[in-house]
Amino acid sequence: MANFIDRRLNSKNKSTVNRQRFIKRYKSQIKKSVEQAINKRSVTDVERGEDITITKKDLSEPFFHQGKGGIKDRVHPGNDQFSTGDQIKRPQQQQGQGSGKGDASNTGEGNDDFIFSISRDEYLNLLFEDLELPNLEKNQLDTLIDYKTVRSGYCAEGVPSNIDIVKSLQGSIARRIAMTSTKRKKLKVLELALAALMADKHDHVQKIKDLNNQIDMLKDKISKVPFIDTFDLRFRNYAKQALPTSKAVMFCLMDVSGSMDQATKDIAKRFYLLLYLFLTRTYKTIDVIYIRHHTQAKEVDEEEFFYSQETGGTIASSALDLMIKIMDERYKESEWNIYAAQASDGDNWADDSPRCQKLLTEHILPKARYFSYIEISQRPHQTLWQQYQEIAAYTEHFAIQHIKSVEDIYPVFRELFKKKQSKAA
Amino acid sequence: MDKRKPLSDQCDWNFDLLDQYQTEIARVAKHYRLATYTNQIEVITAEQMMDAYASVGMPIGYNHWTFGKKFIQTEQNYKRGQMGLAYEIVINSDPCISYLMEENSMTMQALVMAHACYGHNSFFKGNYLFQTWTDASSIIDYLLFAKNYISECEQKFGISEVESCLDACHALMNHGVDRYKRPQKISLEEELQRQKDRESYLQSQVNTLWRTLPKNKDDAKDKKPTFPNEPQENILYFIEKNAPLLKPWQREIVRIVRKVSQYFYPQKQTQVMNEGWACFWHYTLLNHLYDEGLVTDKFMMEFLHNHTNVVAQPNYNSPHYSGINPYALGFNMFIDIRRICEHPTEEDKRWFPEIANSNWLDTLHFAMKNFKDESFISQYLSPKLMRDFKLFYLHDDEKENFIDVAAIHNESGYKKVRSALSEQYNLSNLEVNIQVTNADVDGDRSLTLKYTPHKNVPLGDSKDEVMKHLYTLWQFNVRLVQNNEEGDDEVIAQCPE
Repeated sequence: MANFIDRRLNSKNKSTVNRQRFIKRYKSQIKKSVEQAINKRSVTDVERGEDITITKKDLSEPFFHQGKGGIKDRVHPGNDQFSTGDQIKRPQQQQGQGSGKGDASNTGEGNDDFIFSISRDEYLNLLFEDLELPNLEKNQLDTLIDYKTVRSGYCAEGVPSNIDIVKSLQGSIARRIAMTSTKRKKLKVLELALAALMADKHDHVQKIKDLNNQIDMLKDKISKVPFIDTFDLRFRNYAKQALPTSKAVMFCLMDVSGSMDQATKDIAKRFYLLLYLFLTRTYKTIDVIYIRHHTQAKEVDEEEFFYSQETGGTIASSALDLMIKIMDERYKESEWNIYAAQASDGDNWADDSPRCQKLLTEHILPKARYFSYIEISQRPHQTLWQQYQEIAAYTEHFAIQHIKSVEDIYPVFRELFKKKQSKAA
Repeated sequence: MDKRKPLSDQCDWNFDLLDQYQTEIARVAKHYRLATYTNQIEVITAEQMMDAYASVGMPIGYNHWTFGKKFIQTEQNYKRGQMGLAYEIVINSDPCISYLMEENSMTMQALVMAHACYGHNSFFKGNYLFQTWTDASSIIDYLLFAKNYISECEQKFGISEVESCLDACHALMNHGVDRYKRPQKISLEEELQRQKDRESYLQSQVNTLWRTLPKNKDDAKDKKPTFPNEPQENILYFIEKNAPLLKPWQREIVRIVRKVSQYFYPQKQTQVMNEGWACFWHYTLLNHLYDEGLVTDKFMMEFLHNHTNVVAQPNYNSPHYSGINPYALGFNMFIDIRRICEHPTEEDKRWFPEIANSNWLDTLHFAMKNFKDESFISQYLSPKLMRDFKLFYLHDDEKENFIDVAAIHNESGYKKVRSALSEQYNLSNLEVNIQVTNADVDGDRSLTLKYTPHKNVPLGDSKDEVMKHLYTLWQFNVRLVQNNEEGDDEVIAQCPE
């Protein structure tokens, strides 16, 4: 006697909860692994998951078990050389342990690392945990930024396409009942009287005639009540509902001049890629503007920003000029939260640096929510850094960071965008 | 025997074909008097098989991170091709649930049905350990209760609270079993038992009244009674009943882990027998079908290929060697018992006078019903099998410079090898002997456990970690002692340190 059950269509992810529990429990180790991973691998393949390594020691589930030493008696198969009484030199590794898997000690297995994969979403979540775009305020809550049309009841006026037939006919029935009910009552009375007269044995010709006239008049009146009237019409009403949204725009400024060598560009690219991922992940409505510059600035698309080559001298203010222009044209600070991140090797035309400072303090910082500057170089700081440092000293929403090598990117990124908890306090 | 039209030996299976094979196997199994629970055969995918793996054979598991870890491990190994999945998982329940994997070929499905649905199933139903310790009809309900109870606790008291309680219980899971006591009979006798319990409870109330009377002073001078008055081997049970500060829900969780541990205990004790029995029967049943002409040569070739893989025993010096393969040992022992019954040699008659020339089926059923690995081996392992396996016995004393070959497969060594192998399957030698000796209920409420080494084998390194878990349950000082050479108790681990 047997029953067959096809379970193949049942949900297969019975272990999902347990898996999440596991990941939660080892979050700190997993995060460490993730941070190492971001430093090691090229950020362009951030779109995939990651292999996570946790040392076995951290994962052990302890239980009482027998240790090494003492007397071990073991029976093995396949004797090919031994006789009773033979003495075998003890192998370097305790043989008793290796073959003694039966007592379920995990000491025999060595300290291999526990490696497993996490999905891209899990990876990104861990990567960007605790990070948040700074100073994101719900800009202009009182101004209506977006509208949604919603149904809101019925109204007596409107365009024919919005007529609600059911509601209108209900109104028509109600009106007709209301306008004819007294007449119908009278009619009933008259009809009863007529029937009584007809039943009488005596002749009442005149009376019957009168009654018939009255009945006809009433019927005429009742039939004159219109089936539908403009009064009955009901229209579906729509209202516009304001949806406060918070939009943000992120300006990415990068130096692509001749002084930026490929390695430096590479680091900058990684920084922006992180940034880009972070943005597209955290906010739904976000515009990203890429501006690259040497002596002249140019607004480019994402592809060109990261992957096209250009060389020349460096005038950083050109990028700032372009940013201001774009802000004025397209991103009014009253509607947009404006963020900007600038990456450079620190090289700049010496006379240009004070101008940069001026542009920033006068035109950009009053409008922007946050401006970050990262300098990627091994050399001592130059004029641009010094000028920017002055701004940073007295401006809260301006940050500068120095990146020396690839490994610094992630910590610096974290530093720049970490959740400002102290502010809330 | 007149040949019948063979069943289709196509590679792909379908439910009609499964049913045909199942019917034939059931018919033959009945012929060999295999009594089974009703079979519930569930076809699942590889992913679902991994899920089943992760919950260590429980069809309904409560949630815990260790199952997640197990799942991730299985998934990783499977994806990298480091391991294949088992062809089946079978659960000791009534009806007996077996999982067949969708990927199996028709031949494999037949093998698995014979192996699990008739081999394991009849073992679960017949073996005395399973009869004594587990209640197949209620296990699914109990596991469902456990899962719901634990998730309820998680909602009420928070996931982390429950998790730390479960962690602690899992660390002591091996010590949640009554090894020496027999469990009370359940279900039918339960009502009577409960009534008795009530009586004894009333009785204890009476005693308590008496206890309030002033005691005779002479009694008090007697040596202070310790609690518990006898050492307790079931640590989890002791905690469930006596831990001072545990909340009721925590006691219930301790109980759940203890019950689950108890449920799996017979499986640990009968690995060789259980697998051997199942292998013997898939081999015998399918060969029977072949003799009747119901399965084709093609079927048999595939079947034997898989069968030989399962019961292969690598030698001690092979890179694939990882101890004695329970499938190989068990299968060959049952085959050997049948041989001794049917065609005994002079040697067999000397060694097994009581079973030589007896009815093999009776003997086999008797062996299946009344033994566990340890006693099964010491009863039935024949000299011929020891020669076939070329078994040898190594005595490894840490204090000596050399490992002794204590006995090999020869006339003078058979008994020694056999008893050594039997000892190797004695769970009480494999699992460490730790007992609760004292709970200082009147003093600082500290708990003392004692480790009694088997053959001087010390306790493994994880003891400190386990003691921390024990501390979370007991919540007062816990210490672990061991007799030193002078015979005094010496503390080998404690928490807090």
